[in-house]
Amino acid sequence: MTTLTLAKALNMGLRKAMEDDPKVLIMGEDIGKLGGVFRVTDGLQKDFGEDRVIDTPLAESGIIGTAIGLAIRGYRPVCEIQFDGFVFPAADQIITQLAKMPLRSLGKLKLPVVVRIPCGGGIGAVEHHSESPEAYFTHTAGLRVVACSNPVDAYTMIQQAVRSDDPVIFFEPKRRYWDKADVDTSPAATWHPFDAARIAKPGADLTMLAWGPMVKTALLAAGAAAEEGRDVEVIDLRSLNPVDLPLVIESVRRTGRCVIVHEAPVYSGLGGELAARITEQCFYHLEAPVLRVGGFSTPYPPSRLEEHYLPDLDRVLDAVDRAFGY
Amino acid sequence: MTADVSLGDQSPPELVQLLTPEGERVEHPDYDIDLSDEELKGLYRDLVLVRRVDLEAVALQRQGELGLWASLLGQEAAQVGSGRALTDADMAFPTYREHGVAWCRKVDPVQLLGMFRGVNHGGWDPVEHNFHLYTIVIGSQTLHAVGYAMGIQRDGAESAAIAYFGDGATSQGDVNEAFIWASVFNAPVVFFCQNNQWAISEPLEKQTRIPLYRRAAGFGFPGVRVDGNDVLACLAVTRKALADARSGQGPSMIEAFTYRMGAHTTSDDPTRYRVADELESWKLKDPIERVKAYLSKNGIADQAYFAEIDAEADELGRDLRRRCLAMPDPQPLAIFDHVYNEPHALLAEEREQFAAYLNSFEEGAR
Repeated sequence: MTTLTLAKALNMGLRKAMEDDPKVLIMGEDIGKLGGVFRVTDGLQKDFGEDRVIDTPLAESGIIGTAIGLAIRGYRPVCEIQFDGFVFPAADQIITQLAKMPLRSLGKLKLPVVVRIPCGGGIGAVEHHSESPEAYFTHTAGLRVVACSNPVDAYTMIQQAVRSDDPVIFFEPKRRYWDKADVDTSPAATWHPFDAARIAKPGADLTMLAWGPMVKTALLAAGAAAEEGRDVEVIDLRSLNPVDLPLVIESVRRTGRCVIVHEAPVYSGLGGELAARITEQCFYHLEAPVLRVGGFSTPYPPSRLEEHYLPDLDRVLDAVDRAFGY
Repeated sequence: MTADVSLGDQSPPELVQLLTPEGERVEHPDYDIDLSDEELKGLYRDLVLVRRVDLEAVALQRQGELGLWASLLGQEAAQVGSGRALTDADMAFPTYREHGVAWCRKVDPVQLLGMFRGVNHGGWDPVEHNFHLYTIVIGSQTLHAVGYAMGIQRDGAESAAIAYFGDGATSQGDVNEAFIWASVFNAPVVFFCQNNQWAISEPLEKQTRIPLYRRAAGFGFPGVRVDGNDVLACLAVTRKALADARSGQGPSMIEAFTYRMGAHTTSDDPTRYRVADELESWKLKDPIERVKAYLSKNGIADQAYFAEIDAEADELGRDLRRRCLAMPDPQPLAIFDHVYNEPHALLAEEREQFAAYLNSFEEGAR
């Protein structure tokens, strides 16, 4: 076991992926000598060279577009988008090209490209640095979308993403980059399946679904709810497309209540899709409607207001209260 | 706003030409080409057959057998010239109009029809032919070509990538990013721009104030304008550009100056936006007629040869038509094929549900 921050776990996972497969490349802005603005790629260019850890021109569509070309040539590029709000210049290449190439080629082409996106708020940043754009990508067939929430998953999931023969959008919770945990980096460690959810805390009275940065918030809320005698089960979804629905359905049928927590705006967010599916499959087991807690239908606010925008312990507990009020 | 002499090279644009519209061979100090009679006849055959494939596809669309077709009429020389400059190891990234390049890459013409008939989004194996799938989003493929070329560099291979695009595409951000990437990484890629003067209804003036090939200089690599209706010049210029790229001299841009003789696609009506005189003047520069004149005048081919090629073209058209009509509609469940390379629970579930729904009808899954 090694104690690692989430950022360092990603760094070590990337290093391992590069050691395991010479076709793995890393590309992005400021990822070389600087090691990325969050230092996730720290030291990699020094050890693997500029041909494998590529500081790119400052153009996101170019990063994804050239990564696609490299993948057609047989490489496995891992692209860093510096911040969530800067992925949109690359959205065209991701949605019209990356996601659709296997289908367009009738399976002749694989595009094993990973797009890493630091996401979410809570770090007091300026505009475009705090967004949660996961629903744009879960809505795009052909992409796998995952979100890690802790150092253990960060270390394993980034390696699984690199090994996947499908394109993967990989969300990293930027305000949890500095959270620490013990990570088993030995080859003997067992890895959780890539597209499986995980019960982060078992419980009997209510199922709480969260991913990425909100898992920690959900766990804190579950702890607070326990003081009021409510046994909350927290599920870390991990994979957002596909979603591990059987695990979620089993849990909600058992608990009869469900609260979904995400930072993105509630309206048309991934929570809406989950609520619909849960309602459809757990209709006779539900004691209350599936409730959602998330961002408002506003642009992400200036940072002095973000604590009101982001779901926090109290807003999550308020939803728990409402779920028990039916 | 007035022109500023400090904007760069203001001299009249130069055009590389080796074969005049009248079929006269002319010399160029930087580009020469020495082809055998058989090679010259081969180019003529390519041009004629490619035009015939295009003509048949237009007819198939008019008869309702294709939903759409993007005709290459007038651009045969640009495509055959550049396409024949490629070696097997080079990789081409086309738009949706590169039927002539596809021909040179040995793609069966019937495979081009699949996406226009609506049975698939691209039917050939891009790896087998080193000819990527048609890209419909304007300019996206230029970045793929550059990335592929970066892969060639990393493999230490001696090949090159070529990116096809049009005059309209030069306004796209992706194309400009591709120029920057190629330049910064010195990637072995040739940017082959077919300037056919029109982006659907928008004339070249809506895309640029300078000759397109001169943009290359601003990005830090050479650019050249070639007579896009001259198959010899297109072949010679592309050969040199590819050779330079393969030998580590980096990217370059070729502007093949040509004309879209037909509509943008079969859905378009060019009479709404361009004058007939323009078309007539370009007819005099036809890419096939000049080769035919050259072959005749120099005794390289005779009427019997031309008749033989015409007959081959007609048979190719008939065969294409027959195989197009025989192309089966895909099965409904094919919707779910190849979306992912690895198992995907959601898709598997939807597929199963849809199959059950189809089977709920008496006739079962149709």
